[in-house]
Amino acid sequence: MLSPLILGIAVFNGLMTGAVYALVALGLTLIYGVLHIINFAHGALLSAALFAAFFAHQKLGLDPYAAALLLAPAFFAVGYALQRFIIGPAARGDERNMLLVTLGLAVLIENALLYAFHADTRTVDLPYSFKTLDLGFVFLAVPRVISFVAVFAVAFALWAIMALTDTGKAIRAVAKEKLGAELAGIDVAHVYAMTFGLGTACVAIAACLLVPTYYVNPGAGNAFVLIAFTVVVLGGMGSVPGALIGGLVIGVVESLGGFLLGESLGQVGIFLIFIVVLLLRPRGLFGASA
Amino acid sequence: MKGPLLIAAVVAALASVPLFVHSNVVFNFLVVTLLIALTGQGWNIIGGYGGQYSFGHAAFFGTGAYVTAILQMRYGLNAWMGFVAGIAAGAAVGAIIGGLAFRAGLRSSYFALVTLAFAEVLRILASVAPITGAGVGILIKLDPRPQSFQFQSRAVFYLVILALVAASLAIAQMLQRSRFGAWLIAVRENEDAARALGVDATAVKLGAMVISAAITAAAGCFYAQYFLFVDAGIAYGPWISIEALLTPIIGGAGTVFGPLVGALAVKSLGEGAKLWTGDVPGLDLMIYGALLVIVVAFAPAGLVGTLANVRERAARRLRAPRKGRAEAARG
Amino acid sequence: MAEPLLSVERVSRRFGGLLAVDAASLSAPAGRITALIGPNGAGKTTLFAIISGFLKPSAGHIRYGGEDVTGEPAHRLARRGIARTFQIVQPFGGISVRDNILVGAYLRHAARADALGVAETVGREVGLGDLLDRPAHTLTVAGRKRLELARALATAPQLLLLDEVLAGLNPAEIRDIVPVIRALCARGIAVVMIEHVMQAVMSLSEHVFVLAEGRIIAEGSPAQVVADAGVVEAYLGRGAAARIGATHVH
Repeated sequence: MLSPLILGIAVFNGLMTGAVYALVALGLTLIYGVLHIINFAHGALLSAALFAAFFAHQKLGLDPYAAALLLAPAFFAVGYALQRFIIGPAARGDERNMLLVTLGLAVLIENALLYAFHADTRTVDLPYSFKTLDLGFVFLAVPRVISFVAVFAVAFALWAIMALTDTGKAIRAVAKEKLGAELAGIDVAHVYAMTFGLGTACVAIAACLLVPTYYVNPGAGNAFVLIAFTVVVLGGMGSVPGALIGGLVIGVVESLGGFLLGESLGQVGIFLIFIVVLLLRPRGLFGASA
Repeated sequence: MKGPLLIAAVVAALASVPLFVHSNVVFNFLVVTLLIALTGQGWNIIGGYGGQYSFGHAAFFGTGAYVTAILQMRYGLNAWMGFVAGIAAGAAVGAIIGGLAFRAGLRSSYFALVTLAFAEVLRILASVAPITGAGVGILIKLDPRPQSFQFQSRAVFYLVILALVAASLAIAQMLQRSRFGAWLIAVRENEDAARALGVDATAVKLGAMVISAAITAAAGCFYAQYFLFVDAGIAYGPWISIEALLTPIIGGAGTVFGPLVGALAVKSLGEGAKLWTGDVPGLDLMIYGALLVIVVAFAPAGLVGTLANVRERAARRLRAPRKGRAEAARG
Repeated sequence: MAEPLLSVERVSRRFGGLLAVDAASLSAPAGRITALIGPNGAGKTTLFAIISGFLKPSAGHIRYGGEDVTGEPAHRLARRGIARTFQIVQPFGGISVRDNILVGAYLRHAARADALGVAETVGREVGLGDLLDRPAHTLTVAGRKRLELARALATAPQLLLLDEVLAGLNPAEIRDIVPVIRALCARGIAVVMIEHVMQAVMSLSEHVFVLAEGRIIAEGSPAQVVADAGVVEAYLGRGAAARIGATHVH
């Protein structure tokens, strides 16, 4: 039963799911690396993006991959506004306040979705949803292969932004030394908001990648985000390569765990990894000392 | 009015409610409100006084609920013994989670994350384990006799939960005046400074966590007795973790009456919203989320805390209307 | 001669590749004021953190009251009688001045009434008598420094580590707080102070240790140390001693 072929399939599937985890985690780790806060609203924003992608398809007939071009900037704006006008001013820099504000937003957004759209699960059916790619020894679902490639494309784009643009340099400056950056004339509130926007845009793209194969309901994002937290903690808070590698690792662990232990226990396995990493090595594989 | 006297007055006033009120609907509202107040007072001990924000207090609520339900239904234990056992179990879970988290030196966001994770793990395990009834949950047999910790009259349930809340108010009051409480607050304000003054911060946080867990577990046990049904989503679900922290934050974290005031405010708002728009799911929690952001932004000390600050500032202004410049400069 | 109350024996502390403290040794007798000076970044606060139990040394020993206390945690050392103030003041901002000092007093007095009495007394001693009911976050810098001192004193210490307690104070405020510090020695407390305000170092301390780049480079009376060429160069750079014409004491 445990033939290497079947295990191999589980690993491949895990890698592809893991890639999307990595993208969600990328947004989270970016926000943490610069603002030093754990964005508890990340999951709710993912749910909102899933709904947005769903309705973009339903009402506008947009293919989710095309919708990403629309939703990424839209959610960037949403993230920017949230940080600039709500989270930043409400929290006034206090870490405990930021925990509460992002939690409050999470509850607000998720339940606003519940109130507006009810709890029924929706799915999007696309002509290529079930197409597979034949690699000879394994069949891979086309949407998931696209996700895998897209995630690395986004990661590369993020790297380019960080390394090559002025905004990216400002973001890196603030992440390293906030007071110094401020003294050098950088508008920290703006940089924070840009970072939050980028993180939220990542989430929007992830949602568009997920919609062909995943389900849409108000709680969907939350289920995802706890895994994203695990990825970020494992990979190291604030580390982009950590988020990518961590995402792939967790994806594979979940796939194998679910395969060997059943879905629920597989999930428990992930959370146990989460707890163990937090207790023994909070800075994860690549993060700076907590 | 001095603390203990105020508690007695408030409790007496609330205890007299059954004399005027006979509607089951109102009693149901009050029972649930006091239940949430009790849960919140539990959170208040570690979160409000201790400053350690747990995002997974459902772990203790659910343990209390499940342990008492399981002991009664699977082992035939008496309901009151089950109640005590549930509290003890909740306290034990608090000791484990607190022990692991605090010994590892987890603070702030990391502490919130790890408590969230523990609650989730418990929820998933409870949803698949046979002993908790897996996906179906556990039904406690209806047996409305006092020996079974069930009562014919809602009014009696109300008085019981009121007694539990009163006990929790007393615990908070005693904490505030005690050395342990002073240490706990010092750890909240500045853990390193507290350590330098001889406070064993890890032991203090752990002690507070155990007390906090016990109080919240008691609420869970009561929930089981009142609603007679427990499942993973109810016992260990995020809803209770959120309400546990919402009521003290809105009412006033680190105050004796904060959770009670917060529960009254929050539940009243929730009911009001439901009456206004019909019982659409999500509306009440939406309001709670918005309320949390608004309170943190504009009144971080909560209702009780802000009131106390305003009174204190007014009192100081009355005491010393014009300060000499030299005096003001000295300190 | 009796063993000094505090004896730091060749203590080192490494952070990854950086040797912040390098085989530093110093001693502080009871009832005297000992100063620890040195240029910025020398490792003075790190050494304090090690002595007070916030950091473990990578090598070396700390002897206090005749016992080896190396590696004991901060709260245990506080119970033994080692108290410290912080370079960046750390008040318990949200509670009153009295309640701040109360936390220190509770170390030796379990009963609230006793502890409150001690808090009141100590508060007056450092000059915060009129401000006891104010929230700590409303104090000025000078007030907060006094509060740091009061909190530490309320623990009835035998060894008091003062980390730049005079920094940020104007001359009048320094003039006011110096007698308070002097009075501590009269009570038999050993005081070790990190200080940059040279007038205070010269007038207050009886013995001075100089730390530069993690190493003790000189010790002696204030006059001796100030004239030491190595010390001058540590502060002012190479060749400064020759330019100033300082004499090498060793």
